[in-house]
Amino acid sequence: MPGPPALPLRRFVVTVIMAAIAASAVAAEIPRAERRSGYDLMGRETRAMQDDDTANPGMLFVLDGESLWKKKTGAVKGVAARYPAFDAREGRPIDLEQRINRCRVDRQQAPALAWESRDLLALTAYVARQSRGLPIDVTIDARTQPFLDAGRAAFHRRQGQINLSCSQCHDDLWGRKLAGSVIPQAHPTGYPIYRLEWQSLGSLQRRLRNCLIGTRAEAYEFGAPELVDLELYLMWRAQGMKLESPGVRP
Amino acid sequence: MALAVLVFMAAMSGAGRAEDAIEQPLTGARGDAARGRAIVTNRSVGLCLLCHSGPFPEERFQGNLAPDLKGAGSRSSEGQLRLRIVDPARINPATIMPAYHQIEGLTRVAPAYRGKPILTAEQIEDVVAFLTTLKD
Repeated sequence: MPGPPALPLRRFVVTVIMAAIAASAVAAEIPRAERRSGYDLMGRETRAMQDDDTANPGMLFVLDGESLWKKKTGAVKGVAARYPAFDAREGRPIDLEQRINRCRVDRQQAPALAWESRDLLALTAYVARQSRGLPIDVTIDARTQPFLDAGRAAFHRRQGQINLSCSQCHDDLWGRKLAGSVIPQAHPTGYPIYRLEWQSLGSLQRRLRNCLIGTRAEAYEFGAPELVDLELYLMWRAQGMKLESPGVRP
Repeated sequence: MALAVLVFMAAMSGAGRAEDAIEQPLTGARGDAARGRAIVTNRSVGLCLLCHSGPFPEERFQGNLAPDLKGAGSRSSEGQLRLRIVDPARINPATIMPAYHQIEGLTRVAPAYRGKPILTAEQIEDVVAFLTTLKD
């Protein structure tokens, strides 16, 4: 009878695999006290570039944003630390870039700016600069909870031909090296960031798309709700950490 | 499907190491070690050095997320190496290493890669042939 012995073995293997999957599913969100900005993992020169406003290339965008902003007025200190935030008309959270475009279209009768355009990055950087040093403070309530949950699920979902989740690298392997690059904890404390690799300022959505493309997954389009859900989850995960915008990153 | 059958056959093919190895080449023939080395060191083909380091003094910026490939051919048999490339999750379900010959059961694969394994059966045999030469 070759059949019967195989069954308990197979059952055992399945049990072991299920247990391992369950274990990996609850694996290691980073304890609050161990959270570190990507800033802490960078080289001294890159940190100095971020710290010195006359050397930080993101400040050029901030200045552009300031001159764009001055055509209309408003106080925006602390706003960037609270986004993504729930938008009643959309019935879902929108991020800072979407908020800026919404204001342009609704209040200024101006056209929406394209994603990653110089003007949208400049305005976002100008607004975010005014939250520098303030703690991230997104609002999670009955309205935003489902989107936070969706973002969390996406962060833990294996994707792409490489079959890798965000969490596998950024929760479990931060501080170690992917090729030559130190893996950060993925706290969005500096956006929009001037990334030396880009030779430009860029949004968090651009960074998320880069990561997805790296896993050979189909990247969501700019503005896709899935990207905003991820942004919300990442901001919640970094709740209380100080904004550094405009950050400089390798 | 072919992969599933192959892994199943490997698992059922008897004693001891069967659980831990794919003994037969995927292509029916042994690969070419020189071609294998080129695949291993190419970051957009083999991808190995993104996570692994290895005895490749000419290659800068090697990863340290996974075991050093130095001595891989001493630590593992040819069949064990083959299984670890084809389906590493059989050894460790939580591994970050992708299954290099898998095309199904994946999520949101970009159109350019859909329906294609990371490496072909021939490429995997070349990599296995090379890794078995890393004896120390």
